[in-house]
Formats: sequence, C-alpha cells, structure tokens
Amino acid sequence: MIDYLIAILIFAGIYGFVALGLNIQWGLTGLINLGQVAFFAVGAYTFALLSKAGVPFLLAVAVATTLSGVFGAAVAMFTPRLREDYLAIVTLGFSEFVRLVLLNEKWLAGGPDGVAGVPRPASFPGLGSETSFLIVTALALAFAFWFTRRIERYPIGRTLKAIREDEGVVTSVGKVALAYKTKAFLLGAALAGLGGAFFASYLSYISPDMFGPNVSIYVLAAVLIGAQGSSVATLLSTALVAALLEGTRLLKDYITFVDGVELAALRLMVLGLALIAIVMVRYRPGRP
Amino acid sequence: MKQILEIKDVSRRFGGLQAVNKCRFSVRAGSITGLVGPNGAGKSTLFSLVSGFVRPDSGEVLFDGNHIEKLSAHEIARLGLRRTFQIPRELKQMTVLENLLLVPERQFGDQVRSVLLPGKRVHEEERINLQKAQGVLEMVGLGEKAQHPAALLSGGQKKLLELARCLMADPKLLLLDEPTAGVNPTLIRHLMSVLRRIHASGVTLLIIEHNMTVIMELCERVIVMDRGQVIAAGTPAEIQSNKEVLDAYLGGVSA
Ligand SMILES: Nc1ncnc2c1ncn2[C@@H]1O[C@H](COP(=O)(O)OP(=O)(O)O)[C@@H](O)[C@H]1O
Ligand SMILES: [Mg+2]
Repeated sequence: MIDYLIAILIFAGIYGFVALGLNIQWGLTGLINLGQVAFFAVGAYTFALLSKAGVPFLLAVAVATTLSGVFGAAVAMFTPRLREDYLAIVTLGFSEFVRLVLLNEKWLAGGPDGVAGVPRPASFPGLGSETSFLIVTALALAFAFWFTRRIERYPIGRTLKAIREDEGVVTSVGKVALAYKTKAFLLGAALAGLGGAFFASYLSYISPDMFGPNVSIYVLAAVLIGAQGSSVATLLSTALVAALLEGTRLLKDYITFVDGVELAALRLMVLGLALIAIVMVRYRPGRP
Repeated sequence: MKQILEIKDVSRRFGGLQAVNKCRFSVRAGSITGLVGPNGAGKSTLFSLVSGFVRPDSGEVLFDGNHIEKLSAHEIARLGLRRTFQIPRELKQMTVLENLLLVPERQFGDQVRSVLLPGKRVHEEERINLQKAQGVLEMVGLGEKAQHPAALLSGGQKKLLELARCLMADPKLLLLDEPTAGVNPTLIRHLMSVLRRIHASGVTLLIIEHNMTVIMELCERVIVMDRGQVIAAGTPAEIQSNKEVLDAYLGGVSA
C-alpha cells in the first residue's frame, strides 16, 4: 500500500513537470499545445539512450531537457506567427509524428520494442530505490516549481500574460510578442522533456505506446482544472488528476462487479465528468 | 518649421473599400494637431497605417525625417511614436498599475535569465518603474485606481489608461484616437489640462476628436478628412467656416 502511494506520488510528480510546462505555454501565454506528449517523449528517449550509453544521470537529464526545448523552439518557428489555430494543428500533428517515428525507426530507439534497462540514479544510503527516486523527483519538481513561479511573478510573466490577453497591446508598447511566445513555448517543452527523463528513469522501460495523445489530454485537463496561469493550482490539479487516474486502480480490490477493461473506461469517465463539472462551475457565462 | 510626421500619398484599401486614399499632410514638431472628419472617413485607419499596425498599399510616412512605412509596429513604437486605440485595449485581467509596468523597454526582468539570478536587480528596477507609473497615474487622474483590475474601470477611465500607457514610454509623438469619447464632462476638462501639460513637456500630439470644444481650445491646426482624403487644413477658426467642411462634417454633427 505504501509502495503504491509512493508510485502515485512519483507519477504525479512526473506529470507535474509536464503540466507546469504546459502552464507556461497555455496558462500564462495563451499558446495552446495539444501535443505536449511529443516533448515528453523526446526527453524520455534522449535520457534513456544517453544514460544507457553511460552518461551520468544529471547530465543526461540536462541534455534531455535542453533537446526537448530545442524541439519546442523548432515547432514554434514552424508555426506561422504562433497563431492559436495553426498551433493546435501543428502541435497535435507533431506529437503523432514523433510517436510514429519512434514506432517505425527501429535503428533509432528500438521501434515498437522500445528501450529497456534505463538506469535510475543511485539510491540514497539507507533508503530504498523507490523512496530515493521519490526524493530526487521531489527535489527536481521543487526546482521546476520555483522556476515557473518566478516566471509568473517577474516582469517576464507580466509580458506573457499581456500576450495572452492582447498581443496587439504588447506590440504597441514596442515589444516583439513573437519572440516572447517562442521563448514561452521553448520553456514549456523543456519542462515536459525534464518530466520525460524522470519517466524513463523511473519505469526503466519505455516504448512508443506510452506516448499517445492521452498524455497530452491529461496534462491539458490538469492545467484546465487549475487556474490556467498559476503554478500552485497547476500542481494541485495535476495531483488530483493523477489520483483520479491511478487511484481508481485501487477500486479494483473493492469493486468486484467490473473487470479491468471496464474499470479503465470507468476511470476516463470519472475524469471526464470531473472536468465537465469543473468547467461548468468555473466558466459560467458572465464570470470574468 | 520642423515636421515630426510627414504623410505622403498614403493609401489603403480593404476589399472594395478605399479606406485611406492618397492622404497627405504633415504635423509640426511641438504642435497639437487635430484630425477630424465624419465616421468612416479613415482617421483610425490612418493611425494604424502610421503606427505600423496596418501596412499601406502605397505612399510614404516619415517620422523625424526617417522612413517608417516599412517598419513593423514594435519598431515604430520604439522610435517614440505611440498611439492609443479608439476602443480601449486595456489588459482586463491585470491591475491598472500592471498595465503600465508592462511598458518600460529593455527591462532586465523581462528576460528569462533574470528568473534564475538573484532578485535584487529586478526588484530595484521594479521599484523605479513603479514610482514612474504612480506618477503617470496621478497625472492622468487614475492615482487611486492603481490597484484596481483594469476590467473594472469605466469607459472614460479606460481611455485615460490608454493615455497613461503611452506616457509611460516618454513618447515624442502621441497619436490619440478620440481621447475624450465616453469621458464625462468634468473629466474632459481635467483631460484637457493633462494634454496641455503633456504638450508643454515637449510631446507632439495628433488628436482624432469629435468634441469641437476640445479641438478649438487645444489645437493650433486641424486636418479634415473625408472618404480617405484630406479635404481641408487650417486653424480651428478657418476650418469652422470652411464650406466644404461644413458640408462634409460639421453640417451633420453641428458643433
Ligand atoms: N480592418 C478593416 N477591414 C475592413 N474594413 C475596415 C477595417 N478597418 C477599417 N475599415 C473600414 O474603413 C473605413 C474607415 O474606418 P475608420 O478608419 O475606422 O474611420 P474613422 O476612424 O474615421 O471613423 C470604414 O468604412 C471601416 O469600416
Ligand atoms: Mg475612428
């Protein structure tokens, strides 16, 4: 039971990185990203391949994060003016592209077989591997949280929020909105890649089917449930989504009248209903 | 006499509509110039053309002697040419103060790397910008609204916020699109004195305005536009007695 709790916490933490990243893009700057899983996957695979080749944990994490950011910047630059409608299509398309490349290019990362034997960082003395990993994840997440919170509160966050509200105003005060949007997108992608590195390290095995569109949807749900712009709310709602998704697995032991497949569907239904309820409460017409 | 703004045969078409048609006039440096004309004459479009928000189909625009017709809007703003919008574009989810703090250029805190460094430099920078913003808000009469969400301002106050946002940048030339529209009469008096003070501090003003009292009292020169073209220019008194103008504009509105 305690092991299971630790696992949920680690998963929540991993999704936390991805959601914090999406929160910079979508919550703060208003850049929709329907394919955040792509950058998560880039981070996961980069970390997996590097650390299997003997690159130390921290260095592999850093390279995975950076490379995801580079991919983010590239996607941003391929999207004309980073307009919302283009962005929705490009990000969704890019995430499927990444998944299909990983699936079909065997030479790159094992194709459908994925990558196995991804190492974890060394455990702390006297602590188990799971607990150690939880601590490392929590430390990294604390750093990511500190970073995004500062972004929110610093002048740069003000400019990003201004872009979300009215890009023309930002232009009229002499600032290059497109440059800020590109940076925001890059940062969000890098954070997703950071989450991906932890994901690969934790599971020790990754394969393309783990990087389907549902990952993007879960983090979109987390950011939507959170206040869209606040790192605190984003992390809390990520924990909520993780608890909903993972926690309902616990029900298996208590609910005997549904089987595993039905339970999986039930889980998504619960998430869907929770989303609808929250959106109805939070986005009532007439509320700012 | 130095011209700070020269508009030379600028044209712009929207589909089948020639919104601005070979428009041509200049604004003297240090003046308050009025731009009037009936609704749909192309005044606001002209502001957008000059400030780079809309590209002219043809023609030239010179600011301080330099061509700006091919520059983008943020480049023109950086040169010191600022504009307000006819329909205020306040950032609703921010406070009045934050609307102004957005403005200062080259803020260190506006760079991603500032986030990773000790906060001292950003805080010092914010303190200075905050002082300036407070001063500007006092000047336009929004001092007490500093902490209010911009969404809660009245229509007139939003106009003042647009003005304050421009002033925050110490512009050389200000294009004001109907600054008194929706502002209540007592506040208009106040606004006029604010505009005089801005002018006295060395800023050139080009003002689109329907309120004839404001035009009469403030402007040394008035340009009249109709159907995308300049149809008359002169002192307010000359304009008021111009037959063509009366036909096109004053006849309908009756000042
Ligand atoms: N972006 C646009 N697209 C199409 N038509 C426009 C656009 N902007 C302005 N117009 C049209 O151009 C004409 C001039 O408008 P405008 O410049 O706002 O006039 P004014 O400010 O003098 O009242 C109007 O007929 C208006 O409908
Ligand atoms: Mg107009």
